[in-house]
Amino acid sequence: MTTALFKRSAPTRASRFPLFNPPPVDQVAIEERVANLAKRSIKKASKVAGLKLSISMMDLTTLEGKDTEGKVRQLCRKAVRPLDSDSELPSCAAICVYPNFVRIAKDALGASGVKVASVATAFPSGQSPLEIKLEDVRRAVEFGADEIDMVIDRGAMLSGDYGKVFDEIAATKEACGPAHLKVILETGELGSYDVVRKASDLAIAAGGDFIKTSTGKVQPAATLGVTLVMLEAIRDHFYATGTRIGMKPAGGVRTAKQALQYLVVVKETLGDPWLSPDLFRFGASALLNDVLMQLEKERTGLYQASEDFSKD
Amino acid sequence: MSDITKGAPGVPQAGTPASFALDFGKAWEYAPAPESPDHVKIAPKYELFIGGKWTAPQSRKYFDTVNPATEQKLAEVAEASAADVDAAVAAARNAFEKYWAKMPGKERAKYIFRIARAIQEKARELAIVETMDGGKPIKESRDFDIPTAAAHFFYHAGWADKLDYAFHGRKARPLGVAGQIIPWNFPFLMAAWKIAPALACGNTVVLKPAETTPLTALLLAQIIEECELPPGVVNIVTGAGATGAALVDHAGVDKIAFTGSTAVGKRIQRAVAGTKKRLTLELGGKAANIVFADAPIDQAIEGIVSGIFFNQGHVCCAGSRLLLEESVHDVVIRKLKDRMATMRLGDPLDKNTDIGAINSKPQLERIKELVASGELEGAERHSLACAIPEKGYWFPPTFFTNAGQAFRIAREEIFGPVLTIMTFRTPDEAIEKANNTMYGLSAGVWTDKGSKIFHMATQLKAGVVWGDTFNKFDPSSPFGGFKESGFGREGGRQGLGAYVEVE
Repeated sequence: MTTALFKRSAPTRASRFPLFNPPPVDQVAIEERVANLAKRSIKKASKVAGLKLSISMMDLTTLEGKDTEGKVRQLCRKAVRPLDSDSELPSCAAICVYPNFVRIAKDALGASGVKVASVATAFPSGQSPLEIKLEDVRRAVEFGADEIDMVIDRGAMLSGDYGKVFDEIAATKEACGPAHLKVILETGELGSYDVVRKASDLAIAAGGDFIKTSTGKVQPAATLGVTLVMLEAIRDHFYATGTRIGMKPAGGVRTAKQALQYLVVVKETLGDPWLSPDLFRFGASALLNDVLMQLEKERTGLYQASEDFSKD
Repeated sequence: MSDITKGAPGVPQAGTPASFALDFGKAWEYAPAPESPDHVKIAPKYELFIGGKWTAPQSRKYFDTVNPATEQKLAEVAEASAADVDAAVAAARNAFEKYWAKMPGKERAKYIFRIARAIQEKARELAIVETMDGGKPIKESRDFDIPTAAAHFFYHAGWADKLDYAFHGRKARPLGVAGQIIPWNFPFLMAAWKIAPALACGNTVVLKPAETTPLTALLLAQIIEECELPPGVVNIVTGAGATGAALVDHAGVDKIAFTGSTAVGKRIQRAVAGTKKRLTLELGGKAANIVFADAPIDQAIEGIVSGIFFNQGHVCCAGSRLLLEESVHDVVIRKLKDRMATMRLGDPLDKNTDIGAINSKPQLERIKELVASGELEGAERHSLACAIPEKGYWFPPTFFTNAGQAFRIAREEIFGPVLTIMTFRTPDEAIEKANNTMYGLSAGVWTDKGSKIFHMATQLKAGVVWGDTFNKFDPSSPFGGFKESGFGREGGRQGLGAYVEVE
């Protein structure tokens, strides 16, 4: 079964992908490593620089049944200019919305340079026929999405139907056209680091430009541990091919302190090129205001009330 | 099937273009984050702690203890002569007969528990002084040395009133006065390893810390004073080799416990031969850290790094010989180089420092001498290219490839951040090479197969075998060596046996 994993017609990098046999991951050691990295002391200038960098990496997200045009437009303003009183702060990397709001977001963001990311492929469960998932993607791209955040079929992943997972990602990549593809593994449903590693290798081999931890609809979402496992998959792929795949932890990153810990893990696992919104993103909604609060505290020496920051 | 590649799965193969190099540069740098020593009080001068009193040495001599990261003098410390040692042993004997041996175990336990609590309360100060006196990174003294020392006192406080249950219905009696000599690599922790079981078992103690790192043992004496232990139960005599020899040779001592080099251990063993003295020795090591091709390689890299670079490699159980299954040699070397590129050498008080200062000038000279021998014998050296501070004693993290089993760097304990890497082809060859040493303190095995770990553990001649981890310690887990790494165990129920006479 192993050799028949990939269809001959599968696009992208299947031919360069070795026999599907990802390396084992030791859970205890992974968690020890991230616990150690989380103890790095980030103060003063490096704290300010790290927090500003994290703003520039944010995919500011709203993915709710109650999303409206008004909500999306407000969020777009916040993404372009996170803090009214400080025009020096960077804009966020992107807005992340459902396909129905892509046109509105595109219009609201104009020439700001902030990208529009759209979830697609029957987000968040992925439990729909492939044709519907692909149509979902094509429409989102047609509406103007710069980036597509797809979900993998976790049922197929856990039942061992890796060929199906691979083919769906490859087909989605094809449907994306010029849009960048982020592949959501939904690590909270995968159960172990070994499966996270397996899914990471599959997603990268099948053509994902980014791999992403979570939809935000399942707990646990992003953790430092799964992030490190995914970064190691990215590193091995880089060693083998020279291609840099991006990483996006999403869901559960709520505080400035956590954001800095993620940056430390990226910096010490993959190095400088990944310290850029081109290769690293945070999927978050609550994080931005905590980062802004910490930046204001560094600037003024005082903590502001949470009411001082717009709740868009 | 041309895609099937040899070696470990999912990892780069030989011939991978070198241009695919990771870049650990300056895109986002960590600002200095030094722990402030401002509130720590180091006295200009320390006396001997004998019979519960701070006593000037009869020798009237003092020696300097310096900060190896700055070469600045921290304090003057009394040098105990034979007469001072004699006074300390007499005080310990008196305390043994008058108070400690008579005291019910549950009462001794209260004192030991009190010491543990006091260590926790003063943890920050102790960590800072440990780092200033010895050169180790503050993150290690803060997160490992001091908490583990407190844990040893807590653990042994629990044994003090349960000794009747430790030896299967047999009665355990204390030995008397224990003379204890400890090294400079974990000054405070080794003091705890030695003192806690001795006190729990009802013995009194004369402890001699190493001459380059006496300060935290003296702070421990202050803690013991504040905890109001009966006078003379713990005595601290500072000094160098002569002081230690006076303690070993003293007729009033019932037991010698020594942790340090194999050379000194052999001299001690000769000195106590034919006397009533009991002896335990915890000596050097040249541990094999064995990585199989089926190991979780990225996590093994962390184990290799902590195995040899923890505490600048000043660790008797350091994984100083790396044995790699040949098929993953290139991958491991590449990953190890990249991992080392993120290591931070410098101010030991900085919370982000990974590699601190070498403990002393003579130790630095020894490391340099052995590294030069490795180069001369033809091994290939790789050292982290990093800035070395102008003052102080430093050595960058280093490894050697293409080393032979017969090279000095593969046989002798370097006791520095220097790793010697060799390869093997089969499990049997790994066992043969791992055991091909006069030492036998520890070993590490990295594989995804539990059965392989257990098989290896039965074959390796080492007191401690770590599976998919390295340098892990717990007070309940006995530690000690085979062969020339010494005898006797410290920690756990087994460790109690070194401090009692079992009827």
